[in-house]
Formats: sequence, C-alpha cells, structure tokens
Amino acid sequence: MNDLRELYQELILDHSKKPRNFRELPGANRSAEGYNPLCGDRATVYLQVEDDVVREASFKGSGCSISTASASMMTDALKGKTVAEAKALFELFHELVTADPSKAAAVSERLGKLAVFAGVHEFPMRVKCASLAWHTMKAALEGGARATTE
Amino acid sequence: MSVSPARATSGLDVEAVRREFPVLRETVNGHPLVYLDSAASAQKPQAVIDAERAVYEHYYSNIHRGVHRLSMLSTEAYEAARGKIRAFLGAASNREVVLLRGTTEAVNLVAQSYGRSHVKPGDEVLISGLEHHSNIVPWQLLCEEKGASLRVAPIDDRGEVDLAAFERLLTPRTKLVAVSHVSNALGTINPVARMSELAHAAGAVVLIDGAQAAPHLRVDVRAIGCDFYAFSGHKVYGPSATGALYGREALLAAMPPWQGGGDMIASVSFEKTTWNELPYKFEAGTPNVAGVIGLGAAIDWVGRVGLDAIAAHEHELLEYGTRLLSDLPGLRLVGTARRKAAVLSFVLEGVHPHDVGTVLDHDGIAVRTGHHCAQPVMDRYGIPATTRASLACFNTKQELDALVRGIHKVQELFA
Repeated sequence: MNDLRELYQELILDHSKKPRNFRELPGANRSAEGYNPLCGDRATVYLQVEDDVVREASFKGSGCSISTASASMMTDALKGKTVAEAKALFELFHELVTADPSKAAAVSERLGKLAVFAGVHEFPMRVKCASLAWHTMKAALEGGARATTE
Repeated sequence: MSVSPARATSGLDVEAVRREFPVLRETVNGHPLVYLDSAASAQKPQAVIDAERAVYEHYYSNIHRGVHRLSMLSTEAYEAARGKIRAFLGAASNREVVLLRGTTEAVNLVAQSYGRSHVKPGDEVLISGLEHHSNIVPWQLLCEEKGASLRVAPIDDRGEVDLAAFERLLTPRTKLVAVSHVSNALGTINPVARMSELAHAAGAVVLIDGAQAAPHLRVDVRAIGCDFYAFSGHKVYGPSATGALYGREALLAAMPPWQGGGDMIASVSFEKTTWNELPYKFEAGTPNVAGVIGLGAAIDWVGRVGLDAIAAHEHELLEYGTRLLSDLPGLRLVGTARRKAAVLSFVLEGVHPHDVGTVLDHDGIAVRTGHHCAQPVMDRYGIPATTRASLACFNTKQELDALVRGIHKVQELFA
C-alpha cells in the first residue's frame, strides 16, 4: 500500500471527501468549464478578480478523488494571489506532476501544501486528473470559456 | 470462497487455456496479472502471435498482385482467412465478407456507402440506448448530412432495450436500424433476430454491431437475419486493426464504393474507372495482410477451444462474480439484464471509478474505468462512469476473488 499512500495522502483524501469552495460564485467575473474527454471528469472554476488579485475562488463539477482534491486545494491556494502569481502557481504545479523527480524537490518547496500532489508523478494515467482544475483556472484567467486536458 | 477445479463444469480446461497466453505470465507491481479488460481488447494466444510472425518470417508480400511466389503464398493465406471469417459468421459466400480495420470502420462504411445512397431528408435511423459511440456517431453524421433524424429505443433499469418502444419507433420512414448484439458497457445480449424481423417488417435494413458478441457467442448472420454484421478481430483474440463487415450480397453489389484506391478497381483510365467485384470493391489499398492471417489463426484457435465451452465457462464466471459483487455492501451492479455476457459493470458508493481502477491496478488487476465510449448509457443511470470487469475464456474464479479483495482494499482506503 506504500506508494498508494503516497498518492492518496490523508490531505488529498480529506479534500476529496469534504471539498472546500465547492459552490458557484455569484460574484465571479471569470469562469471556465474544464472537461477531460477521456474519463468524463468535469470542473467549472469560478474566480472573482479585482485589481488584478484573485479575491475569491470556487468550483463545481464531478470527478475522482484526485481531481476533486486538486480543485479544492487549488481554490484555497488562489485566494489573495495576483493574476501573475496564480499563473506562476499553475506552472509550478504542472512541473510538480509532470517533470522529472529530481526537480520535484525544488518545486515542492515553493508549492507549500500543494506539494502533496507529488505522488501523482508515479501514476502517469492520473496526471490529467490532478491538472484538470488548473488548466480550467488558467483558461478562466485568460478569458477562455473552456479547457480540456487534451 | 470457493476453489475452482482446473476443469470447470463447462468442460473448459482453464489452466491449459491460460498456458497458451504468454502475457498471463507477466506480473504487475509484483502481482500476477489479473486481466479483466477483455471487452476493451482481448489478449493473444501463442497461436495467433506465431501465425503473424510466420507471415513476416517466411512469406510476407503484398497480395492480389505480383506473380512471384511470396505474393501467391500471402494471397492464399489472406483469402483462406477470409474463408474462416465467412464460416465464423455463418455467411453464404466470401463475396459477403469485407475485410476492414474493425467494427468502427465497418459501421462507417455502411453509413457512408449504403446510408448516403438510401437515406433521404425526413427519413429515420433507429438505434438503441445501449450503443457504443461508434454505433451512434456515424449515424449522426449521416443524419446531419441528409436531413434525417436519429431515433433511439430506450433501455430499462436492467439495461434491456424496451422492445415495445423499439417496435413503436419503427415507421415507414425508418430506413436503417443499427443495434449492438451485446452491449459493451453493460453486457446485455439483445434479441437481435427478433429486432431484425421487426425492422424488416417495417421495411428497414439492419446492421448489427457484433464487436462484443463475437468473442462470446456463436454468431450466425443467416439465423439472425440481419443485412449487415460488423465485428473486430482484436476482441476475438486476434490482432488489432483487423475485422470484417458481413453484408448481404445483393445489398453490397448495389452499393457505391466507399474509398477509392488500388485493389478496389477493375480498370482505371482518366475518363472512366470500373469497380472490382465483391468484396474487393470495398477494400482499397494494401490491407493488414499479416493481421488478417493472424485473425484467421485466432478463429481457428477459438474453434479448437470451442465457443460453446467458452460461453459456458464465462457464464459460470459471470454468475459467480455477480453473486460475489451483489454481496458487497456499498456496491451497485449496473446492467442486470436477464440475458447477459461477460461484463460486470459497477459503482462503489463514495469512490470514483478512477480511484477504484488505480487501487486495483496496484494489485495487478486490470479493469476499465470510465464511460466505456457509451456516455448515453452512463447518462441513463445518472452516473459519470463505472468500473467494468470483463471476462474472457482464460479468467478464473480465483481472479474474481482477487477482484473482491481489491475492492475491499479500495473501501478501506476511502472509508
């Protein structure tokens, strides 16, 4: 079970069972729908951006524990970040789950709690689950309405 | 837990069958491979691997051209495979067996060739609520182009097509009926002979998608009475990108060619080209020569093991697996048709199928998770996805016991 525990860390299980910010956001001025056509996972990300700062973030959708926990923790992490910081976080997260493990340590430090997703790296079939909400968030910031993991 | 003897009541010597599949000697994450994903694609017995390799090692060449020795040997073996496929489907003549890449290509051929020349604005194409995307989308494309409508016969909670609704949906406007013989997502066996009879009474032409039936049931296109029957080689223990379309000769003869190219012509000039005879009219370009010969070997192999013995063995496993899974708290089987083949599709309370799949894979158990290219079926049950364990001749009760242990582990992890 050891590497399974690496993937399904307590923090991930907790966020998947009790997702934070799981609601529509009436005051959102940015949103996008994300879809993974391979597995049918869906996530809509809502952002309220004022003066270039993400004031509020939330999501709705259905997906596996990895994609739900990822969206939950991402929306937590985004609050108070500038748009540039949010985009930089996207790059770091992307690197964490896809780049070679030697770089992961350096990336992990800068990601704080989000580094809990490092275990996804060992499960290539699940990378798209972890990154769906992130791609969707990026599309929302860039004014796109849709994102897919393709 | 019961212990299954090597020779089950079906008469199939499972251990002997297993020895013929080299891949079953592999381990995954330190566990013996438990392959429960044959509905996606079947593993290959040694006989098929050897047959395909023998082509390349001894006599590979292009076919239907060239006077040299190898071309003759390849052509003979290729056409012999066509004959085996004809017998496998119960077709009357080799002229009715078009060799293609698989079921998807076969359905597209019928939609594009027969469909485009017979379906007019206002006409209807009738499918069922059980269909795989490959038996939905080609008809949507056709209907959109022709201004025709796609009608869908609904399924009930068990996953059976509502035959009364099917009959009501057949009208004088119905030009084509396309239904699966066996559902890939739920395992439902459709009453295709009765459906063909009803469709014919309404004046429609019938295509049966046999992708999931061919590995599990004896197929007889004349007993079914359908006009077209499509299947894929890779699901019948044959090489991928092989398969065939059976078509009633009179229909095929009247249909326009689908793809143009070499081998499908009788003569070509810049002014006029004439078509080759059946079935070559529908076989443009160099085919998967070694793959088709491998499919012939797969059909021989299935014949040696015996489709009836395979069906009996799989049915025994299906009943055993259904009992085991029905007893698990928090698990719901999706698809409980009275006539069913080789598929155990289920959802676990509070756990997404992808997480189930990842945890099972950790123990070497390969299942399919997702919508199984049948999103309308998932929508019917209001679920995004299921976990699907699908069975083949080489599976055992012990492997289903391992599946249950894996599910316990999933429930423990996500408790």
